[in-house]
Amino acid sequence: MSYNEMIESGEVRPPYAMLSDWVASMPAEMRQMKQAEAEALFRRIGITFAVYGEGGDPDRLIPFDMVPRVFMQSEWRKLERGIKQRARALNAFLRDVYSRGEIVRAGRIPARLVYENAAYEKAVVGFVPPRGVFSHIVGIDIVRTGRDDFYVLEDNCRTPSGVSYMLENREIMMRMFPGLFRNNRIEPVDQYPELLRRTLASVAPAKCEGAPTIVILTPGHFNSAYYEHSFLANLMGVELVEGSDLFVDGGFVYMRTTQGPKRVDVIYRRIDDPFLDPLCFRKDSMLGVPGLMDVYRSGGVSIASAPGAGVADDKAIYTFVPEMIRFYLGEEPLLQNVQTWTLWKDDDYKYVMANLKDLVVKEVHGSGGYGMLIGPKATKEEIAKFAELIKANPSNYIAQPTLALSTSPTFVAEGIAPRHVDLRPYCLCGDRVELVPGGLTRVALREGSLVVNSSQGGGVKDTWVLTE
Amino acid sequence: MLSRTASNLFWMGRHLERAETAARLLDVGARITLLPNTEEGYRNEWESLLRASGAQNDFAEHYGDRINQENIESWLFFDKENHSSVASCIERARESGRIVRTALTNQVWDALNTAFQELRQLKARPRAELDTALLTDFTTRHGATVRGAINATQLRNDGWHFINLGYSLERADATSRLLDVKYYVLLPRVEFVGSGLDNYQWQVILRALSAHRAFHWAYGGEVTATKVADFLILNGESPRSLLTSLYEAVWNLDGLTRRYGESVPSTASVSARKTLEQLMARDIDAIFDEGLHEFLSWFISEISVISNAVHDDYFSGRM
Repeated sequence: MSYNEMIESGEVRPPYAMLSDWVASMPAEMRQMKQAEAEALFRRIGITFAVYGEGGDPDRLIPFDMVPRVFMQSEWRKLERGIKQRARALNAFLRDVYSRGEIVRAGRIPARLVYENAAYEKAVVGFVPPRGVFSHIVGIDIVRTGRDDFYVLEDNCRTPSGVSYMLENREIMMRMFPGLFRNNRIEPVDQYPELLRRTLASVAPAKCEGAPTIVILTPGHFNSAYYEHSFLANLMGVELVEGSDLFVDGGFVYMRTTQGPKRVDVIYRRIDDPFLDPLCFRKDSMLGVPGLMDVYRSGGVSIASAPGAGVADDKAIYTFVPEMIRFYLGEEPLLQNVQTWTLWKDDDYKYVMANLKDLVVKEVHGSGGYGMLIGPKATKEEIAKFAELIKANPSNYIAQPTLALSTSPTFVAEGIAPRHVDLRPYCLCGDRVELVPGGLTRVALREGSLVVNSSQGGGVKDTWVLTE
Repeated sequence: MLSRTASNLFWMGRHLERAETAARLLDVGARITLLPNTEEGYRNEWESLLRASGAQNDFAEHYGDRINQENIESWLFFDKENHSSVASCIERARESGRIVRTALTNQVWDALNTAFQELRQLKARPRAELDTALLTDFTTRHGATVRGAINATQLRNDGWHFINLGYSLERADATSRLLDVKYYVLLPRVEFVGSGLDNYQWQVILRALSAHRAFHWAYGGEVTATKVADFLILNGESPRSLLTSLYEAVWNLDGLTRRYGESVPSTASVSARKTLEQLMARDIDAIFDEGLHEFLSWFISEISVISNAVHDDYFSGRM
């Protein structure tokens, strides 16, 4: 049985007390009207996303559920401490593996997993970015299985997406149900863009004179997250650039403007490492800026997140994060990892292959709910097919138990029903480590489904932290 | 402002104007199919219009000699293969708008996006339900809404100048090309000059520029070649005349020059001003003496020189 965040032992839990009345008192017609209104708002604003490889409508809406997911402040504070602790440890790890590699020398993490990792970037070895921060926006995916049981499912140290939904979901809820916000003390999240701007400004390179010029680097308007890129640029008041808008000259990066070249100090990039600089990485990249990495390494520009930050967030390194927390911070982890079997170990391999029907198996570098097997939901044929994939390359996979994700009340055709949810908060790391009280709650809208990815039929909810 | 942003705003303006030009051609094209089918047929008129929009070969490739209302509508309104069709232009304008979303007000984006969404609905409807008037009304209505939103809500900053520069240069180009139709229509049939047929063709051009009534207000009386040409070339009150369009382009370029100061080159502004002076130095008789086609060819190439200079001055992000 999975944990129901609204109802425990037949009683409505305090965070949902008021919502429970609100839901009960809303007639079905009203609900449909409001749902249609919400959809119209989303479409009007232009928050749509495209699903790679699916074709169809490029302007698809992500389904929005109007029942918020609620945390009490006391619950949130605990989570917050755990998230910040984790973000600090991940950055300490990155600092370490690109310099002396103490954690490897101490034998706490196998060298192979770090230095042979596809995301380990030799081009930045020995380079310490401003304030020693590699990952400036850490998205940590968290699931809940009991009242006090929270687990980290995975870390995202590169360019976690979805924060625009956190902000827009709140905007739309406030616009449609102002009464809810008047009658509850819900902590605001709309300071996020300002905090992000401040965080990025705090890591400006030493060579920057005066107020730093910040830009967001997007792969372009065909990217499925383009809306988010332009949304954040707009709220932060910075330019949204493509690779072709930037060029390198005399040790600095400039953008092409109508008034000639303008120097750029901090690049919040939303493109992957291999595309950043065709001179340094993929030669065929049309998205990047030739020569960017040279400027970066000589301190002429800051890049967030730093190239190479991905080595901290793959699913193989994940199993060692509690170890990092002990090693660098001398603390015990406040948030637990999910038990994980790594298939390159013989014992783990044997166990996993014998128990595929009960486990979730994921690709080490996979994301977005692709390339994974959910044992209990899969057919015999699907399991057999996946087993072949694993056999071909065991070290490409990890396995975890099927977690009983908690449920949050959600509007469905028949009224309201529990649906499984997860949570992605966005932790900002610059001169300080900061977190807005909230995040993106993703919900698996299909009954019984555990997959919350928007690409696989998941939706989103507003996430509240109630002041007590 | 990013060069790419400026360029997208400029092209958004151009495509919005171009969509309206396509709708006007559509109106005229439909009218031509209603003419009595004489020995030569109405093909001559139609081909001249296509030639004016630089597309006679493309049309022939798709529809052969099947010049009928449905094919004309397909080509000028719906066809994606035609880069100047209403649908192509609205889609491109909306795409440019989406890329520079942050440089537009919500009202402008809303108007642009609504045009795009309704266009999609229109495409999904059975063709039998759509008549030409509905399609041209659709285009002019949405064109006016977007235009109105731009004027009412956009900041009067450099972005505004770039949008309007796009509109005015495109309009100057479209009007001169439509006028040039006369050259292609009449070239093999010099004996028609001054005849009833000739005057009818001039009327068609007026109609294509939505200037039919305005012309009568301004000049009254009979439609003659001299009057129409004067109205469309040198009349500063006519909203689509070459003079008005070029004047607006100069005004917007001056705005940019003032805003950006001397550090930014202003070759476009200088060249537009020079062309304007040369235009104003002519009267309509001089233009006919020189040859209408020769004059228009000169003007079209001047507009293209100015457009290239705009690109070099502002969109290249030169060092």
